[in-house]
Amino acid sequence: MNSISRRRFLKIGAATAGVAATAGALSKFTQQAVKISSSVPEKGVYTIPTYCDLCFWKCNAIATVKDGKLWKIEGNPIDPMSKGRLCPRGTGGIGSYYDPDRLRKPLMRKNNRGQEEWVEVTWDEAFTFIADKMNKIKSEYGPEAVALFSHGIGGNFFKHLMKAYGTPNLAAPSFAQCRGPRDAGFRLTFGEDVGSPERTDIENSKFLVLIGSHLGENMHNTQVQEFATAIERGTKLLVVDPRHSVAASKADWWFPIKPGTDIALILAWINVIVNEELYDKVYIDKYAIGLDKLKKTVSNNTPEWAYPITGIKAELIRETAREMARYKPATLIHPGRHVTWYGDDSQRSRAIAILNALMGSWGRKGGFFSPVSMDIASYPYPEFPHSEKGKVDNPDKKYPFAHETITTGIREATISGKPYPVKGWFVYATNLIFTLPNEDETIKAIQNLDLMVVVETQPSEITGWADVVLPEATYLERYDDINVEFFKEPFISIRQPVLEPAFETKPGWWMAKKLSEKLGLEKYFPWNNIEEYLDTRLKNSGYSLEQLKKAGLIKGDKQPIYFEEGVTPEFPTPSGKIELYSEQLAAYGLDPVPRYRKHEEPPPGYYRLLFGRSPVHSFGRTQSNPILFDMMKENEVWINKFIADKLELKSGDYVILVNQDGVRSNKVKVKATERIRQDCVYIVHGFGHTSKGFVRSRGLGASDNQLVTKYKIDPIMGGTAQHLNFVTIERAA
Amino acid sequence: MARYGMAIDTTKCVGCMDCVVACKTENNVPEGLNRDWIQTIVNGEFPNLTMEIRSERCNHCTNAPCVNCCPTGASHYDGGGIVLVHHDLCTGCKACIASCPYDARFINPEGYADKCTFCVHRVEEGKDPACISVCPTYCMTFGDLDDPNSEISKLVKSRNNHTVLPEAGTSPNIYYLIGGNNA
Repeated sequence: MNSISRRRFLKIGAATAGVAATAGALSKFTQQAVKISSSVPEKGVYTIPTYCDLCFWKCNAIATVKDGKLWKIEGNPIDPMSKGRLCPRGTGGIGSYYDPDRLRKPLMRKNNRGQEEWVEVTWDEAFTFIADKMNKIKSEYGPEAVALFSHGIGGNFFKHLMKAYGTPNLAAPSFAQCRGPRDAGFRLTFGEDVGSPERTDIENSKFLVLIGSHLGENMHNTQVQEFATAIERGTKLLVVDPRHSVAASKADWWFPIKPGTDIALILAWINVIVNEELYDKVYIDKYAIGLDKLKKTVSNNTPEWAYPITGIKAELIRETAREMARYKPATLIHPGRHVTWYGDDSQRSRAIAILNALMGSWGRKGGFFSPVSMDIASYPYPEFPHSEKGKVDNPDKKYPFAHETITTGIREATISGKPYPVKGWFVYATNLIFTLPNEDETIKAIQNLDLMVVVETQPSEITGWADVVLPEATYLERYDDINVEFFKEPFISIRQPVLEPAFETKPGWWMAKKLSEKLGLEKYFPWNNIEEYLDTRLKNSGYSLEQLKKAGLIKGDKQPIYFEEGVTPEFPTPSGKIELYSEQLAAYGLDPVPRYRKHEEPPPGYYRLLFGRSPVHSFGRTQSNPILFDMMKENEVWINKFIADKLELKSGDYVILVNQDGVRSNKVKVKATERIRQDCVYIVHGFGHTSKGFVRSRGLGASDNQLVTKYKIDPIMGGTAQHLNFVTIERAA
Repeated sequence: MARYGMAIDTTKCVGCMDCVVACKTENNVPEGLNRDWIQTIVNGEFPNLTMEIRSERCNHCTNAPCVNCCPTGASHYDGGGIVLVHHDLCTGCKACIASCPYDARFINPEGYADKCTFCVHRVEEGKDPACISVCPTYCMTFGDLDDPNSEISKLVKSRNNHTVLPEAGTSPNIYYLIGGNNA
């Protein structure tokens, strides 16, 4: 604004409502726990830049401490990604510090796994126990028998420890349970994937297509900001979603597609675009191969063919294909992020990639930019031991285009002992009970372990299955690794402590280093403390820790990010071109051009269970944050109004969802709404906590993952599709 | 005399509640209570639907029933027409809560009527209210409705808009911008 600052504002009486910084529910905890970092003065207002950890986006933030108390956290105005504005989760980030349910002390299991009964131990006792077990596993089975599951940049020091120990089995659910199929589909087409943050140039797009992506509910900060900009600029918006999402409410076209039929719609668009020669001819001629084979393969996939499959009228498909082409190359068909839906997700992602290629949007303004980054030196570590056995997750390259480790592949090996036994799991900041499909299989695998360690800030369900729980300090109390961002402009940023760690919590880097000493791997942690590690990397790159701590981020020189700005078009596929027809897939007997295949449909009385995101929660990680809890305490099951009426249910009633295998959900509130199709129901992911430690959030809402007993594996990259479960609805007693 | 208000662009708002969270931390609003909230209005039947998402709060009405009915003078118009509560004069009688057509007030656990202050402590420093300063969609504008050259006045003049419950006769000062421009 600033219109106010330039005008004299009438002085407002001092006796009126000021900032009530002393009252409020958070203060009780504050008085007990707060230990301000030694660099922060006890009186007055003090700000410290850091980067956020409420999701993986890593927005740069500035935390404000007032009179020794953590007051608020806001975006860092010089950050190209947040532009000085955090999302609601980031703004509520201080709640993760004040969460009374957070873990406080190292814990060891008292009775059986899963019983959540603990003995408090010292850090040294915990590390001694873990190191003894790890040494035993190494001597009996080799180092590969320990696997790490992690999420987020905080996992870096544990990845390093595991590599030093000698295991290559390092996995994150963000691949096989989330974005993996998308990345495989784009790699097969362009030779590169869309990265994270995605290289989508939403703000400059003139025609934006969202397929299941619910931006605005899905709160990827930069994307939502750019989405709002695009709306203001009049970007044409087409939303394909069985649910009338927030984005759908702003769209020029909403296609309430029949779930599981997206590929048919995309093929019909491709059919129109190639037959009417609406594609970017110069771009395709120059950069792509396989147009003729593509054209031939989709020749029957007309809009008339797609209509009975998708429920989207042929003339609408034809009209929107033409409209899309009118705005090329600034036509962006968004690749999505959580795309593990039906089991042919890499193929759907490839269809999206092909459609983008036809629009000429890859590498172009308003399409997909080419991300740039700064060159920051790695720490000069000694070489890691070499693993003879190789990774356990994907024997015989069963999933030929898995370019990251498959979590569920490790789980399978842990159950079967093949191709070799896995006897130890380290879990960092990922709640595998809420993340991996089919909870029973996860528990079965855990029962085969000799060691199960969980590093967490909160008592997530997976901690209940641990032998040892290591309580981590929250992002507001610790350093993490340098974030070297790949984005529209190059920058690096720092996470640094605003406060001293509360209770007996410790930062991850400290745990990894201490464990390395117990394991005799101290040569891989030659630095004395994290500041020395960070400063070494920065000094070796021409910067300093002091400089980075002060500003929070350092930017590099602007560089071109579009072909039209001088970026050299490069497509690191085998042919060096965009592969509309994939010889790579053909070689494995997989469809070289995506084909539509019918998916199983819900039997009468059943509804397909869909799930997605809320803007105020991240996965299952924020439900006990007292600030975000106040925004959304439980999820609701969206049921079409007609169906709800038929079942004599109204909004606010509680129901139980029962899936095809008889698994019953926790009770969940009904949202009877016109905003969803009749053949599916929808809930927000992350609710229905069961951990005893979650005093605040336990038992509120339903967990989608509990109901995902059935899953299908993507043959291309091993992703686990989860939108395949059907539920009936029973009134809760 | 200034008349402060907000213009909120419903075409951009995604209802993410960042405004609600920011108000909560900025003003240390007690647990379980909020000074602003999201209202979603859906019209039509599947699949022909329209939806309006509004970030709502005290309308800082020019003819405020809460001020008119306050027996102690705690609720009052302050500088710029901002409706505020003198905590020390408030007895917690709840007459204002009953009178407000927007349900914008609640009793703070400390005993006084509480609500949105337009973040006067920030406005005095030349800053936007906290809700506006964090909004990731840039859908909100704060300013002086009596100044024809202010950004907010220009928006209210140029864009189609409405207020909430104008029929209550309270002359609310929050304008919701909707699709299309004023001819």
